[in-house]
Amino acid sequence: MMFALGPETVLQLILLVPGLGAILIGATNRFPNLRDALSLLIATALCALAVWLLLDHVAGGIARLQLTPIVQGLPILFVAEPIGLVFAVLASALWIVITAYSIGYMRKNNEPHQTRFYICFAIAMASTMGIALAGNLLTLFLFYEILTLSTYPLVVHHETDAARRAGRVYLGLLLSSSILFLLPAIIWTWFLAGTLDFTRGGILAGKIEGTQAAILFALFLFGAGKAALMPLHRWLPAAMIAPTPVSAFLHAVAVVKAGVFTILKVGVYIFGVGFLASVQASEWMLWVSAFSLIAASVIALGKDDLKARLAYSTIAQLAYVTMGVCLATVMGMVGGAMQLVTHALGKITLFMCAGAIYLATGKTRISDMRGLGRVMPFTFGAFLLGALSIIGIPPLGGAWSKWFLMMGASDAGHLAALGIWMLSSLLSLAYLIPLVARGFFLPLQEEEDRPQAQGREISVIRLARLREAPLWCVVPACITALLSVLVYFAGPAIAGFILPALGP
Amino acid sequence: MILQHLAILQVMLPLLAAPLCVLSRSPLLAWGIAALAGLFALAGSFILFAQVLNAGVISYHIGNWAPPWGIEFRLDAANSFVLVVVSLVGAVCILYGRRSIEREIPEDDQPLFYTMLLLCFAGMLGVTSTGDAFNLFVFLEIFSLSSYVLVAMGAERDRRALTAAFTYLLLGTIGATFYVIGLGFVYALTGTLNMADMAVRITGMAGSGTLRVAFAFMIIGMGLKLAIFPMHLWLPNAYAFAPSIVTALLAGTATKVALYVLLRILFTIFSPAYPFESQTLQYLFLPLGLAGVFVASIVALFQQDVKRVLAWSSIAQSGYFLLGVSFASVGGLMASIVHLFNHAIMKSGLFLAVGCVVYRTGSCSIASFRGLGHKMPWTMAAFVIGGLSMIGIPATIGFTSKWYLILAALERGWWPVAIAIVAGSLLALFYFGRIIEAAYLQPSTDDSTITEAPLSMLAPMWMLTISCLALGIDSELTVSAARAAAEALFLDPHAGLPAHTGP
Repeated sequence: MMFALGPETVLQLILLVPGLGAILIGATNRFPNLRDALSLLIATALCALAVWLLLDHVAGGIARLQLTPIVQGLPILFVAEPIGLVFAVLASALWIVITAYSIGYMRKNNEPHQTRFYICFAIAMASTMGIALAGNLLTLFLFYEILTLSTYPLVVHHETDAARRAGRVYLGLLLSSSILFLLPAIIWTWFLAGTLDFTRGGILAGKIEGTQAAILFALFLFGAGKAALMPLHRWLPAAMIAPTPVSAFLHAVAVVKAGVFTILKVGVYIFGVGFLASVQASEWMLWVSAFSLIAASVIALGKDDLKARLAYSTIAQLAYVTMGVCLATVMGMVGGAMQLVTHALGKITLFMCAGAIYLATGKTRISDMRGLGRVMPFTFGAFLLGALSIIGIPPLGGAWSKWFLMMGASDAGHLAALGIWMLSSLLSLAYLIPLVARGFFLPLQEEEDRPQAQGREISVIRLARLREAPLWCVVPACITALLSVLVYFAGPAIAGFILPALGP
Repeated sequence: MILQHLAILQVMLPLLAAPLCVLSRSPLLAWGIAALAGLFALAGSFILFAQVLNAGVISYHIGNWAPPWGIEFRLDAANSFVLVVVSLVGAVCILYGRRSIEREIPEDDQPLFYTMLLLCFAGMLGVTSTGDAFNLFVFLEIFSLSSYVLVAMGAERDRRALTAAFTYLLLGTIGATFYVIGLGFVYALTGTLNMADMAVRITGMAGSGTLRVAFAFMIIGMGLKLAIFPMHLWLPNAYAFAPSIVTALLAGTATKVALYVLLRILFTIFSPAYPFESQTLQYLFLPLGLAGVFVASIVALFQQDVKRVLAWSSIAQSGYFLLGVSFASVGGLMASIVHLFNHAIMKSGLFLAVGCVVYRTGSCSIASFRGLGHKMPWTMAAFVIGGLSMIGIPATIGFTSKWYLILAALERGWWPVAIAIVAGSLLALFYFGRIIEAAYLQPSTDDSTITEAPLSMLAPMWMLTISCLALGIDSELTVSAARAAAEALFLDPHAGLPAHTGP
């Protein structure tokens, strides 16, 4: 090797690669093939760097990078820690998949402004990395806001009136919540603790108590508007107006996960699990997120538009993480972190399938999708796996997050939470599985009028009748579906990696 | 030799350059003279600022008459910092101005325009530098009178500039008169015009009715100049109808200088230790500041002209200054001074961006901004960055301002004020969002081939935009300067002998 990679260099590179990548993508505007190849290359490089950091951390390295102060005494600081590393590796790995998917989707759909699309994607990715590796709250907040701003052009991609309206909701809600709640919460924390560094065991112990702690905690939870806690969830369904790759990646992985990741970090490193439990600041927020969970699931049941249903399902699934944090137990936090991973894999699969269905058939309404499983078996197979993972059925990753969350609930003695989660699993079964069942077992919408022979041949998939979306779109969905399975086997390892960070 | 007299040269050189512009007769030559004077002032202010930080207060005795009998130019950490702000914005505006003035002012008037610009500039530098309260009034009049003329010169583009200038003149004169009336009372009480001397002599006179009346007159006079709500009525029209570069200059410097004078009155001459002042701060400045933030921001939401949006936003920002002052703490004062600097940079940058749009499209209504995101990418990018800074997105200087303001509110225990501050910046999100959305997402109304503004305008504007980002990412410089300034004003304005004295 020409030069040895130090952890500090890698931290710099992990921010620079997507940042410079955005510039390079802009420079290759005129050569779409080169531009798309470059996007893939950057994504791969970023993932390799994130994995390097992860391995370095496992080997005992402490990666830390300090830059200029934004305000006196508060530098831009990056520190690699387990939860952030898991998030960074997850996001960068899925970025590769979604880039491949975007290439297929954007080309097949003849989307305009593709260069802008990839540039904004890369900037969003850089800010996601910044959030994942942030060493203090202010750095996290900085990249949190950049993520909001850089995804706005992606949401209004089509520049129609509807897109503009959706964009207003998106930017309005996300920026307002972060300025109105998150920023005061951060400044209040700074005022109380004199530091904003993410510290094991938290920094607030003994500095605040009672109602004030509860208010501060609520400010953080609502301030992280990206976590889509009701009633601040409207931006998520609104953002579904974006092209599907955006919905898939940003609104199942990067943006929403940045929200719950913030909440996790605040729970673990600002309040600290022990302190959070002792001041009982989170008790009432548990009920708020439980409401969010059930209400969003019920709304999802009633949505006929596939992306809208998935959006509400996302709101519900994010509330799992919030509830996990609100339980204020170690297992609850582990469950929250696991949910962050498994839901990302599951939901990105579902969104990619939704996009593939749209590309192949032009259909967006669930009621029109019956019988499609027979002509798109790979897409529907992937969808089934993703759905099962989200519901939480072994051997899929989602089973682990539910497992740890429920352990957290029983540690906290919260039987009600257990009940809510059982109910919501049933609800998610009800809003996800009918699509697959009807896809495989009912005749195609277009062929319904034709007389059908009773019996065997209806459920047969014939290769000659396959009408799948382009390979670039189907293969990524299958990959993430298989990853969902893999994560089931890696589950204990991931939990074991995160666990040491949660103690005092 | 020159360094010794820099404190006075700093003001005199632009003042002397002004008549040269009249004589030059050629717009280009006049611009050259103005630009040189501006750059000289900029360099000088940085040197003076560094001197003050290193060696302490500079006291320059004009004509070698020792204060309090003679006029003293007294530079401490506070006004040398304001000097940097004024000369920085002034120099950038002059450098930027040539093409913009060519478009907006008839050729014959251009040398006269530069003359007025330099007089205005010199006046502001003088107000900032002087330690003599009456001398301050003289410079204040130099700068005010020339700014009335400057606003009126917008009449070429829109005749309404004349009435705007007249309103500005009436209210500005009332403000200056009130100041001088107040000053007269203090003079009657103390027999001195030197501010530091005054401060010493009025200690123990807190019960005097005359002193209170003087205080009220001076505060209201400066409040008019600073456009404190509800004394802001002159500002929107003056900003909207003045030539673009004048708006940028006034927005970045005039209100800042007025704020500086207000701080001098409040903290150097008087002191929050006087009960009448601490009550004024808490029961007058705080509510007025809050009202200003909200009323002006809400009015800004409904404006159809970008200059007007920015003008109302400036009034709202005056509200933030007042809030910071009303905390009557070092933290609050520092927040105000940080915001003074930051707001000068970002608001001037924004007005310069609008100037580029006016240069190309001849209009600055929100409708004329449609589609400009694609046609004038650099101008609009600068506008977006300025807007984000006004909203207070981290990594811009606006964020630093908000951070310290909120922190100061919390230190004081006034958390509802902290909430009001964030709510105010939320309103900024909406009024800037409208403009930016029009620029990027709405198709332009006509197919005219508008191109990017010339480089000679873009470069100075981007200097401000880049400092808006750079000083937002690394705020060490501004914050420590502001802290020094706040401590100089708040803690012991009278302590310490002059570090080095002029001839």
